[in-house]
Amino acid sequence: MSLSVETYPTLREASQAIGDRARYIGGGTLLMRAVNYGDQSFDRIVISREIDRTIRNEGQGVRIGAGATMADVLASRDAGFLHPVARVIGGPAVRNMGTVGGNLFAAAPFGDFATALLALDATVQMADGQNQPMESFLSGRDRARGLVVAVTVPRVSEREFRFAKISRVKPKGASMMAIALWLRGSGRIDEARIAFGTMGPTPLRAKAAEQALRGRDLTEPGIAAALAVCCDGLQPADDPLATAWYRRAVAPVHLKRLLLETR
Amino acid sequence: MTTVEFRKDLFADERDDTLHEIGKPTIRQDILGHVTGRTPYFDDHLFDGLLHMRAVRSPHHHARIRNIDTSRAAVMPGVRRVVTARDVPVNLNTLLSLINFGRDDEPLCAHDKVRFLGETVAWIIADTERQARDAVAQVRVDYDPLPHVLDVEEALKPGAPLVNEVYPNNTFDYHGKYDHQKLRFGDVNAAFARADHIVEAEYQMSPIEQAPIETCGAIAAPEQNGRYVCHTNTQALFFSLGTTAKLLDMASSRLHFIGGTSGGGFGGKVDSIVEPTAVLGAVLTGRPVRFTWDRYEEMQVGAPRGGERWRIKDGVMADGSIIAREFTGFFDSGAYMRLSPYAIIKAAGHLPGPYSIPNIAANVFCVVTNRTPATAMRGFGITAADFAIECHMDRVSEVTGVDPIALRLKNAYRDGDMKAHRRVAKNTALIECCQVAAGKAGWPLSADLAAMTSLGGGQGDRALIPETATDEEGRIGERRAGRAPDTAPSKRPTGRVAAGQAGQAVVAVPVQNEDMQIEVDRIGHAIAASHGAPVASPAPTYARQAIAPQRTGADIVPPRPAAPPQAAPVAASRAAPPAYAPPSQQAAPSAYAPPPAAPTPPASPQAAPPAEKPYQPDRPFSRGVRKPGTSPFLSGTRRR
Amino acid sequence: MAKVPLTFTLNDAEIGVFVVPGSNLLDVLRRGAGDLTPKEGCAQGACGACTVLIDGVPHLSCLTLAEMAEGRRISTTGGLAVGPELHPLQTAFMEGFAAQCGFCTAGMLMSAKALLDQTPNPTRDQVIEAISGNLCRCTGYEPIVDAILTAAAKMQGRTA
Ligand SMILES: Cc1cc2nc3c(=O)[nH]c(=O)nc-3n(C[C@H](O)[C@H](O)[C@H](O)COP(=O)(O)OP(=O)(O)OC[C@H]3O[C@@H](n4cnc5c(N)ncnc54)[C@H](O)[C@@H]3O)c2cc1C
Ligand code: FES
Ligand code: FES
Repeated sequence: MSLSVETYPTLREASQAIGDRARYIGGGTLLMRAVNYGDQSFDRIVISREIDRTIRNEGQGVRIGAGATMADVLASRDAGFLHPVARVIGGPAVRNMGTVGGNLFAAAPFGDFATALLALDATVQMADGQNQPMESFLSGRDRARGLVVAVTVPRVSEREFRFAKISRVKPKGASMMAIALWLRGSGRIDEARIAFGTMGPTPLRAKAAEQALRGRDLTEPGIAAALAVCCDGLQPADDPLATAWYRRAVAPVHLKRLLLETR
Repeated sequence: MTTVEFRKDLFADERDDTLHEIGKPTIRQDILGHVTGRTPYFDDHLFDGLLHMRAVRSPHHHARIRNIDTSRAAVMPGVRRVVTARDVPVNLNTLLSLINFGRDDEPLCAHDKVRFLGETVAWIIADTERQARDAVAQVRVDYDPLPHVLDVEEALKPGAPLVNEVYPNNTFDYHGKYDHQKLRFGDVNAAFARADHIVEAEYQMSPIEQAPIETCGAIAAPEQNGRYVCHTNTQALFFSLGTTAKLLDMASSRLHFIGGTSGGGFGGKVDSIVEPTAVLGAVLTGRPVRFTWDRYEEMQVGAPRGGERWRIKDGVMADGSIIAREFTGFFDSGAYMRLSPYAIIKAAGHLPGPYSIPNIAANVFCVVTNRTPATAMRGFGITAADFAIECHMDRVSEVTGVDPIALRLKNAYRDGDMKAHRRVAKNTALIECCQVAAGKAGWPLSADLAAMTSLGGGQGDRALIPETATDEEGRIGERRAGRAPDTAPSKRPTGRVAAGQAGQAVVAVPVQNEDMQIEVDRIGHAIAASHGAPVASPAPTYARQAIAPQRTGADIVPPRPAAPPQAAPVAASRAAPPAYAPPSQQAAPSAYAPPPAAPTPPASPQAAPPAEKPYQPDRPFSRGVRKPGTSPFLSGTRRR
Repeated sequence: MAKVPLTFTLNDAEIGVFVVPGSNLLDVLRRGAGDLTPKEGCAQGACGACTVLIDGVPHLSCLTLAEMAEGRRISTTGGLAVGPELHPLQTAFMEGFAAQCGFCTAGMLMSAKALLDQTPNPTRDQVIEAISGNLCRCTGYEPIVDAILTAAAKMQGRTA
């Protein structure tokens, strides 16, 4: 299958061109890898001349164009609470190339940004005008071939949002596991959202642990119940970075550290 | 900046200290090319009409090939040639056949069956790399999967799948006689019986990929007069040339190999696979052909440093002197031998590490499994053994309560000591190394330890070859027939070699040149006349199995005292070294406590017995990973 | 398989080439434009040997779709020296033994150059971060980090 490359002037036109054997290219850090290694599942690459790289406040949230790179996120003051996430993705060149839109489609061990967006209950905006919450977007992402134009993230304080990427190679190794937390409440936790990356085919929520944190405080006894159930519903796999068994064994340890982190 | 400290105070009289280069910064002769990007690596040679070659690879660890259908691939756009095993003139080789070692056991392209995941079954040559990849995806291979084995000890069991028909016992055959390499020095069993402590443990090192930043590759092109040029990043240019000549049945004068520049190798670029493949492509197409592994291939197919498992059993006296050490070693050679059997001979020569231990026994196996063939990597044959030995020294330290550095100093070899492979240790420096390291680490050393030197204390009894217990266990084929259940060195020796005699010398390869002969005065003892016997005069008489001891060595090495052979001469004199006091009561209370009845390895996993478990063949590392509730022999129960 | 035209600036030279659709920029630079300084170590973004600057910013050329380089300004190690005059980074790498096999060097130099262009006085940690996408199997990195710091100092008229 020789490849063809199609360039469209607008995102809308590009969105109509993508399909079963046609892939949209964002930064290309994952797509070109598939191309270089002879992926036979597609033979058309779709480029849009129009790219939305803007990051701006919009209502209660921050709207990030799907074409924004990790470097763009790092350069934006409005997206400051997401800097700890963008900063640990790849090396500098990957951050200059890889986009937020592409990260939504990144399979384990990648998808650190998507993990954070899942914890933050972001909304994904598709080119056809539809909006989808991150969670349902992720569960259907292998079927949906629509074009993402932006994500909208609730603006949260640095105190409410916590993120940890656990990797074996620093500073740029892929995630052995990523954990993102959105904790609301003062003293006691009123509401918690916990997302794990690289603990399943897509980033996944630890709903049992979220439940177990409600009404508790961030002390060792307070979080014990949440730690005990934090792997419920996760589907870690063996890969060259770690075995599923190891991931399950250390998930509570890392979650505990992140929850008890003093800030 | 990193600095190097030269301790010229040590061994000062052993060298002429007028060094012009060593110890001074120098600029690499090739570095201008590196920093300007002009260094020509193999892939930096541009050719008009370059074709790209890619391999079709096995998705199975072990499978019979029923049929290969290349008809669809052959008509794909850009495809110039489909190449299969039939196109390889001499499709069987072993890397060391160039030095007459081992049997030809490896095809360049599999035809009857595949023996490891990623083995080549065909190639496609096309105008672009993408076209070659697309056509590779269209080759249909009909496989009949066979049971496979991924663990060295599983492969030794009588019912294990037969991996490579050239080695029907899943082992390399050593010296035409045994299924392992033997090393015997003294009598370990007698020494274990009188040791205060027995310390046993098992160590394992997984395969390690050399991971050079530049993957293996070559470009070959027709030249004039029937010659072919090959630009390659091989680490072994003439090896690769010779291998190519053999596989392609071509005079080596028709091959013009250009190399010497590689983007890292670390041992992973000696296997001479990409060169014959690229030249074959150029021969078949008459065009320049590039054959390069991508990163996936480099990791999956590129031969790593093989996995190794070592079991060590030490007999130790309460004061920390090690009086016996026994090794059972397993090298995972993968599906083909390549360099592994040679690495084992090297390993056996290295045992028991840099220590003087009067009784040594080792059985080292080179095992064929369905894993990626292993090859060279930095110090191969030595690295895993050393890892095991040094871990074990720490264990011995824990068991005896002797300080770990003191333990090493106490047992360190010194100039003049006889090593287990019957060469006299020279230029030893472990003692000085330990002393300097202790100093740097602020580790306290007693005055007598600090005063030790590698130059003194060797020789004497320590220079003698003890009377050695021998056995004939593990003959080729016995194990598969179920008649050699144990892999460890024999508990029931059946023969003795008199003190001062080396027994049967085993050398890997007959020497090619006279100047490569071992000089008798370098080793100072008699060795067998059967093979590898020195031709240099005076030819020593070989006395087998306790015929009147002939101390030929004594005539050659003057300093050795002419002591009469004794039953265990060395151990007796080492039982109580004078200048050392056992540090604490952690050691056995009385000097002659009976040895522990059933020595158990310290970290013995008393996990579930290796019950029937679902066979999970894709997890070659499982055995080393002790997951709760799983058998440590995960890859063990096999087939159904 | 019709090739498509592509133009870009390579180290201040205007380049026009025809490329096979779907090619990566690394292939185009090496085989199309004949600049062999960027190297291919993995073709999947992992090693950084192919690092080039696009409009002054480090990119992995193996993961850059050639068509997306249209009209952009590309710098490689091939353009680092001015005539016979080596860039201070090159001199520092040479003198500091910051290359052994040399295969990672061209990519390292590009990542280092991008850093020093932005941050003339980097800390050691900043240097490590800047080359974190570049693998080197030979040197152990320390001499490379040292060389970049030395070059930075020299360019600022200091001694490291
Ligand atoms: C060396 C290296 C290290 C990396 N490290 C990390 C890491 O630490 N953490 C991490 O999370 N990721 C990492 N990645 C993965 C990747 O770089 C990032 O996930 C990046 O965000 C992907 O974005 P992209 O624009 O490059 O995606 P692309 O490769 O362009 O696209 C990826 C997929 O998403 C689809 N896609 C892209 N944009 C859209 C859109 N707007 N609408 C619909 N579909 C779209 C594409 O069709 C394609 O299928 C790494 C990659 C490499 C090569
Ligand atoms: S070749 Fe581009 S990162 Fe390795
Ligand atoms: S110098 Fe060899 S990879 Fe860096």
